[in-house]
Amino acid sequence: MLYDALIAPFTEFEFMRRALAAVVALALGGAPIGVFLMLRRMSLVGDAMAHAILPGAAIGFLLSGLNLFAMTTGGLIAGFTVAILAGVVSRTTELKEDASLATFYLVSLALGVTIVSIKGTNIDLLHVLFGNILAMDDPTLLVIAANATITLIVLALIYRPLVIESVDPVFLRTVSRAGAPAHLAFLALVVINLVNGFQTLGTLLAVGLMILPAGIARFWSRDITGMICIAVASAVVSGYAGLVLSFQTRVPSGPAIILVAAALYVASVLFGSVSGLIRQLFPGRHLEA
Amino acid sequence: MRRFQFWLACLALAAVSPVHAQDRLDVVASFSILGDFVRNVGGDRVNVTTLVGPNGDVHVYTPAPADAKKIADAKLVVINGLGLEGWLPRLVQSAGSKAPIIIAAKGITPLKIGSAADPHAWQSVANAKMYIANIRDALDAADPADAEVFRANAERYLAKLDALDREVRLAVAQIPESRRKVISTHDAFGYFAASYGIAFIAPLGVSTESEASARDIAGIITQIRHSNIPAVFLENVSDDRLIRRIAAETGARIGGTLYSDSLTDEKGDAPTYIDMVRHNIKALTSALAN
Repeated sequence: MLYDALIAPFTEFEFMRRALAAVVALALGGAPIGVFLMLRRMSLVGDAMAHAILPGAAIGFLLSGLNLFAMTTGGLIAGFTVAILAGVVSRTTELKEDASLATFYLVSLALGVTIVSIKGTNIDLLHVLFGNILAMDDPTLLVIAANATITLIVLALIYRPLVIESVDPVFLRTVSRAGAPAHLAFLALVVINLVNGFQTLGTLLAVGLMILPAGIARFWSRDITGMICIAVASAVVSGYAGLVLSFQTRVPSGPAIILVAAALYVASVLFGSVSGLIRQLFPGRHLEA
Repeated sequence: MRRFQFWLACLALAAVSPVHAQDRLDVVASFSILGDFVRNVGGDRVNVTTLVGPNGDVHVYTPAPADAKKIADAKLVVINGLGLEGWLPRLVQSAGSKAPIIIAAKGITPLKIGSAADPHAWQSVANAKMYIANIRDALDAADPADAEVFRANAERYLAKLDALDREVRLAVAQIPESRRKVISTHDAFGYFAASYGIAFIAPLGVSTESEASARDIAGIITQIRHSNIPAVFLENVSDDRLIRRIAAETGARIGGTLYSDSLTDEKGDAPTYIDMVRHNIKALTSALAN
């Protein structure tokens, strides 16, 4: 019975296995990125970046028609450009990161819409460009896995400066020059994980498996390593449970995954061991000396 | 003197041609298939513009200002109706157009999918004939002076459609009865299925907007395995990765592209309605008849 509900969907259908593989890759890459976004108060940046990707996809479309590879590459380039320009402006001028990013993504979005209308077609580009987790073909799966691998490797390389900069940027500036490159590399990682999110969860929910697990982790751990582990674990659990939910009910898979993550989030807000509401109402006995 | 004559001729041409152009009735059709119908009935007496062009998706269309301008200039707007063009009423209102709006599917008994009507009525040739009659009457009313021309054109085109209908029935008759079932991306062939007896199963609903759940996909895969459905088809307006995955998982073959909601441009397989139906039936018979 339990086997039928929880495991049989994956043994019986290959598309479910592929979806599970995709969602695990997405969780491994996206959740750590989400934790850093949260710590740097950039949780909404992902959504802004998602819009920045449009002109690149549009140029790819203009050059080679409905070719997924060209459009994805174009989107990556546009996302990197906006991320790096915004990063440079916020590091060299007084303008804060959120403001410069907002400016660049709006410019990028406007350019994208212009380019698409010049071509005079009405195909919903983002709809075509970004797939559905139930339709994972080999190239898409490879792209997602490669992006997750790159994310983990780069994250390991820039981990120390990134952590220090997230908690005490002034200190980092006094001891090292690694802050700026680490920051830019981090923004690039945000972009490639966004592309992963697009491929699996669709445009609207692309950032869901980055941000929600990070929010969950915040209620269970005070140190970054713990947070990252909990975030990855809750992302994997949400992905698996969401797929099962979508299999047993008629909820589309992308929303189902995010809804499971949202349920975990609500439970964490209530019962979390770090500043959860219940914990605040009934604090444990203070240790006495 | 000669030069004077030349200029006089130019002047005469310049004076005549706009009058000639104004003579034509400006008609706006909501998408390419309707545009083809109006062009066939109106002939050279009408100027047809379509809002959603070749290979465009009429379900999720976002109108541009240029579309409002086309509608404002039109003397007649032809739409499908049955809930296909949800974006159109507001567009007509904001364009401030006084042109009458003709529902081409008027008089057709809609098939139901759930509680909503299935808008893809043109996929049955018998319905297409109703479309033509409705368009002919609308053109007559808008431009009574050319009524004779419209009637003659419609008569000719209806005869072609009759022949097409016979052609489709003949082709379907060649497919063994047990093999008359296929999978296509969205539910666009309900009327075709009802008229000609080929069963269509689609992962997306009636509109390309909706998203499939894992349960839907699993249901379709099980169905293909159990009832030995021989082929799956792609459409020109939908993302085909989902269908390719289903094909890979079941061993059903991909029978090619079916044209459902949109014609192709001049160079494509289906530049006109008649070409479209012929292409679809050819793709179906070659995939299903062993």
